[in-house]
Order: sequence, then structure tokens, then C-alpha cells
Amino acid sequence: MTAVVQSTAVADPTGTVRGTGPVTATSTATVVDLAATSVRELNAALHDQADPTRNWIITHPAGRHNIAVGIDRDVTLRVDGHVGYFFAGMHQKGEVTVHGNAGQGLAENIMSGRVHVTGDASQSAAATGHGGLVVVEGNASARCGISMKGVDIVVGGNVGHMSAFMAQAGRMVVCGDAGENLGDSVYEARLYVRGQVASLGSDCVEKPMRQEHLAELAELLVSAGRDEDPADFRRYGSARTLYHFHSDNADAY
Amino acid sequence: MPTDLGTGLPPHCTALPRAASRPIPQIPEENSMTITDYSPAAPATPQAPPTPAQSGLRESATFDRATIADIQRAASTGIYDIRGWGAKRRLPHFDDLLFLGASMSRYPLEGYRERCNTAVVLGDRHASKPLHLDIPITIAGMSFGALSGQAKEALGTGASAVGTSTTTGDGGMTSEERGHSKTLVYQYLPSRYGMNPDDLRRADAIEVVLGQGAKPGGGGMLLGQKITERVAAMRTLPVGIDQRSACRHPDWTGPDDLEIKIGELREITDWEKPVYVKVGASRPYYDTALAVKSGADVVVVDGMQGGTAATQQVFIENVGIPTLAAIPEAVRALRDLGMHRKVQLIVSGGIRTGADVAKAMALGADAVAIGTAALIALGDNDPRYQAEYEALGSTAGFYDDFQDGRDPAGISTQDPALSSRLDPVEGGRRIANYLRVLTMEAQTIARACGKSDLRHLEPDDLVALTVEAAAMAKVPLAGTTWIPGAPSSTGVVV
Repeated sequence: MTAVVQSTAVADPTGTVRGTGPVTATSTATVVDLAATSVRELNAALHDQADPTRNWIITHPAGRHNIAVGIDRDVTLRVDGHVGYFFAGMHQKGEVTVHGNAGQGLAENIMSGRVHVTGDASQSAAATGHGGLVVVEGNASARCGISMKGVDIVVGGNVGHMSAFMAQAGRMVVCGDAGENLGDSVYEARLYVRGQVASLGSDCVEKPMRQEHLAELAELLVSAGRDEDPADFRRYGSARTLYHFHSDNADAY
Repeated sequence: MPTDLGTGLPPHCTALPRAASRPIPQIPEENSMTITDYSPAAPATPQAPPTPAQSGLRESATFDRATIADIQRAASTGIYDIRGWGAKRRLPHFDDLLFLGASMSRYPLEGYRERCNTAVVLGDRHASKPLHLDIPITIAGMSFGALSGQAKEALGTGASAVGTSTTTGDGGMTSEERGHSKTLVYQYLPSRYGMNPDDLRRADAIEVVLGQGAKPGGGGMLLGQKITERVAAMRTLPVGIDQRSACRHPDWTGPDDLEIKIGELREITDWEKPVYVKVGASRPYYDTALAVKSGADVVVVDGMQGGTAATQQVFIENVGIPTLAAIPEAVRALRDLGMHRKVQLIVSGGIRTGADVAKAMALGADAVAIGTAALIALGDNDPRYQAEYEALGSTAGFYDDFQDGRDPAGISTQDPALSSRLDPVEGGRRIANYLRVLTMEAQTIARACGKSDLRHLEPDDLVALTVEAAAMAKVPLAGTTWIPGAPSSTGVVV
């Protein structure tokens, strides 16, 4: 990968940056300029288990798709600028941060580790995620957390319609508002919303916030670097009336 | 006996005129009928009750007994029927095609001497590690969960013994399955149950499933009996609930997205694995073309006769198109794009014999996949479990309640006692045997058509027995040069 440059003094992030991400410039890092290096070369380098590089900085992403997918080693990666579809797909280890916005399918099927976006995320953020933490400081679009299977999602702003559709496990925290049909056909995922919920989907109901939920929520907010008061949130989850198929429930399908 | 032996009818009946050349059946005396027989003390011979036809009863073609039973069941339960297996209605199929063995205009190969290649390479368009299979017959995707662990093991050992691949299913990949399958295709399904990048990297190919022949556009419903602790853990579901599988992928919505999604899968696996795209046959021309556009290395087209573990019967029987109709359209799409044989085509849905294999390949497929037939080879619907099938309200040859987890043959079940009935070693031997027979049968036909490679079979080797099959398969009606819908020599569509 010819365009990778070993740097001892990392330049300030370039491109449009929103918010303040948790990643700060490191004293040593490998800088990859995607204006000169292909996504394929970058991903191959990130997959190379023999590569000792721990800190990575990606510049000029220019909304390219499939950046930093399939990371399975303990790295810290910062992207300065906007990323396209499926950024950090199937992320398994390490921490990645986008100082910008993310396209569709952010951190799709994440298994563990942390993916952080300082701007907004498009639809289907953290879809089918099995574990780890996905933080979106701005808004997430429709179907955030769709079919989530254990991932934790914290959204600083709003989420769009059909978020947490068929969500099986994990936790979703929405500090803003939720769109229509939140948690439709939800299984065992727990949903926390601070603002307004446009409507609840089939089999999704509001549930009481007990002490254990306040503690859980507080921990999630701290993990995401947020300072909202857990007492301001309401909890939603499955009524479990659709766990067995029956025609008496036909109006819910 | 007062019987008119000239007509074979009692004297009070009016004989219908017969064709003079038609022989008149002579009814034996003891079977003759009488209206008034007062002869005393004749020992009574036990008589079987008359059949509905003998009694003059006529079954409705519209409301036949199966339909009546469906209506009665619906009225009684308020729930539509969910079952396994595939479409049971009679459909235009490979049986409606015949091969033209070589005579003068073609030169045959020696059936038991000259070699006929069966090997095939799948996925060499983009992948650095395409699949090299010894035979062009693969095992279709069937999940652990829908099938027992023993069944999956048997499929893996049997397929590996003859150098072909198996495919995972909705439940993800088990370590046993990976261990027993030399070549394993990992399905990337809408539900993403058990989806794991480690398994993605452990697989030999990735199959992005968009649809299934038994239910294009539909999700699944696996009843809670089969959601055991292990299955529930693999799928991140509560134990014992009815699993509702998604019908569409959650993070992309069209072919442009799919192209990027396939790019993601390639990036994660460093462009090593072939990526298949599987569609249920409904619009095979456009679906195949868009799969190619999206970057698929292999397109899998599953016809309406394809099986399923659990779906609404009304869906199974009424959605999709027959396999026979799907292949030529998929091949046409590949040809129009200049990608035939470059992007390989796997066809599935009702493959039973080597003749079916050869016909699918003659129509342009590079390989086939079998599902239901493999289960039958394992022992599904075996008559030795007749009493137990009857206890379940079915009978051998008809059992299709794969969703309820009580399969006496130990195949479509998660019950440890039932699944232990299936010996995976013996099952593997049976699968290998069956795959070898299919291969040899296909080779036999190919040699007769003068072909030294199964993939050299071509539509010119086929004719159709029916107008419908001729139109669908786009081969001539037997004894004619007529392909319904094809331009004639004058350019007129006939």
C-alpha cells in the first residue's frame, strides 16, 4: 500500500467535522489518504493480523463505501470526513470514529467493539448488530437498529420510522425523538427514548422504568460520552403477545 | 342370473352404443348384478363396499377432497396451513422434455468407456478462490434448526465424499457442519440469524439469499417446537417462540444497494470467496440481469418446485414459476449480457434424477442444487415409519409437517430422541450413493447425445412433449420444428 505514510506528527483533521468525538490525535499513527489509496488497499492492511499498527487515521474518505469493514484486531481508527454505505460493517474489535456523517448500513452486523459517528447516520444504522456499541451523535434515519441482535445503540438526536423493527436483543437509546412504528414486532430488545415517539409498532408497549433500567441507561449514556439524565427517558419493549402465531392477532400483522 | 351378457348390464339398464371394433368385456357370473334374487341359502360372499365411482359418485374438480379438507381445517382452526416441502400441484416440469439421442446426425460416445466430464468451476468471475467441484450437483441451503444436526452432518459427509458442496441456512453455521463439509457455502439471509464474520471467512463461498422457489417474496414461520435452546441461542430468540423470518434484507433495498453490499462482503473476505445471489423464480430474466449487474459470481435460480421448511401452503402452491420456465429466461439474461458461462447459473427446484440434471444443464445451467430429494435420500418419508406417520395424521410419501419438529425419520426435527434415529454415517453413505447415481445417469444421457462434458449439453438436444413445455423451455415440440412464441424462418412469431 504505497500511499500509507508513517507519521509522527498527525495533522489536524480535514474535511467537515461536527461535534467532538472521543478520538484525539495520537502521537504516532498510520495515515491513509483515500484520495490516493483505494478502499481495497486500506481494508487489506486493516485485515493484516501481522501488521503492528495500532492507530490509523483516514483522510479524504469522500463518502466512499465499505471503508474499514471486517476489522478484527484491536486498533483505533479515525476517519476525517464523511463515509458512505456499510462503514465498519461486521466490526469485531477496536474503536473507529467518523468525524463526519455516515451512509446507509453503518456498522452493519457489528459483533463487538465500538463505532462512533460525530455527525448523522443514514438508514439502517447498526442493522442486525450482535454486540458492541454504536454511537451516533447526530440523527439516525429510518430503521435504525432493525433486527438488532445484541448491539447497543446510542443516538444523540432523532431516529426515523420503523426503528428497532424486529429487534431481537440489545439496547437502543434515543436522546431525541423516535419516528413512527418504533419497535414494531420487537422481541427482547430494550428501547429508551427521551423525546417524543410518533407511534409504537405492533406489540411494542411502554414499560416502567425500574431502578435497574435507570442504572443500565446511565451506564450506556456514560459509555457514549453523553450527559443526559436517565430520569428523562421512557422505556419501551415487547408486549410478547405476538410470540406465538395465532389468527386472533391477525389485525397486528 | 337375469343378466344380459351381451351388454354386461342388468336387463333394466339401457346399453349405450359401443364402437363395433371395441371388444365387449365378459363379466364373470359371480360378479354379475341382479335386482331381485330370491334364491335361498346361497352362502354370502363378503363384498367390498362399492367405491365412490362404482356408486356413481363424482368428485368435484374444483372442490376435490384436499380442497374440502383445507376449507374444513380453516373453518375449524382459523389459521392457514403452514407446512414444509414444496409445491405439490402438477406443474410443467423436466418430465415434459425428452432427449434426442444420437443416431445419424449426431455421433454418440461409448456409454461405459468414453469419459464424460462432470467437474465444474463456480465463481471465477471475481473471487481469487473459486470453487472446484467434481460434480455439478450441490446440496441446497437447509438450516440447522430446520434440520437436525445428524441430517446436516450426513449431508456434509455425503457431499464431501463425491467432491461437491453443501450450503448452510437460516440458523448460521455450526462447527459440526463446517467440520463435515469439505466445501461449504454460507448463506447470507435476510434474517441474519447467527451471522458472523468469522464464519464468513471460514466459508468457501457466500450465497446472498434474496428468495426461495417455494416462497419468492416471503419470509418463514418456524413453529416454537423447533426453537430449542441451541437453536434459540444461534438465532438470538427466546426458546419456544414461533420464529418469524424476515422476507427482505434489513440494510439494503435494491440492486444498486446490493452492489455495494456485495462489495462489503468481498472486502471483508478480501475478495477470496465467490459470491452467489439466490433468487426465487418469478421474474428470472430481470432478477438474473440485476444479480449480474450487482456483481454476483454465481446466480442461483430456485424454481417453484423448490422445498421449504415452513411456509403457508397457499404461498407454496400459488407464488412463483416452475423451474422449467425459469431456466431459459435466466440463460437469456446471461446471454444478453454476454455473461453466460462467465457468471455461472445454478438451478434448483424439483431435481430428482440424472435426467433432470442433464435437462437443466442442457437448457443452460452450469450446475444444479438438490434439497427435497436429498432429504428423501436420507430417509425422509421412509415407509418403515408408516405407523408413526399415521399417528401424526399423515402417511409415508405424504409427510410434510417439517415445521412441527416431530419428524419420525429424525431429519426435520430438533427432538434428541427422534434425531438420534438418523445415523449420520449411514445417511452420508446414502447421500453419496444418490449423488453418484444422479451423476452417472446424467453422464449416460450426455454420452448418448455425443457429449464429453455435461456442460456441452444444449437445447438442441431436447424436444418437448407438450405445447406448454415447448413454450416454456423454448425447445421444439417433439416431431416438429415449432417453438411456440419463437420467430419462424419468416420472422413471424408463431
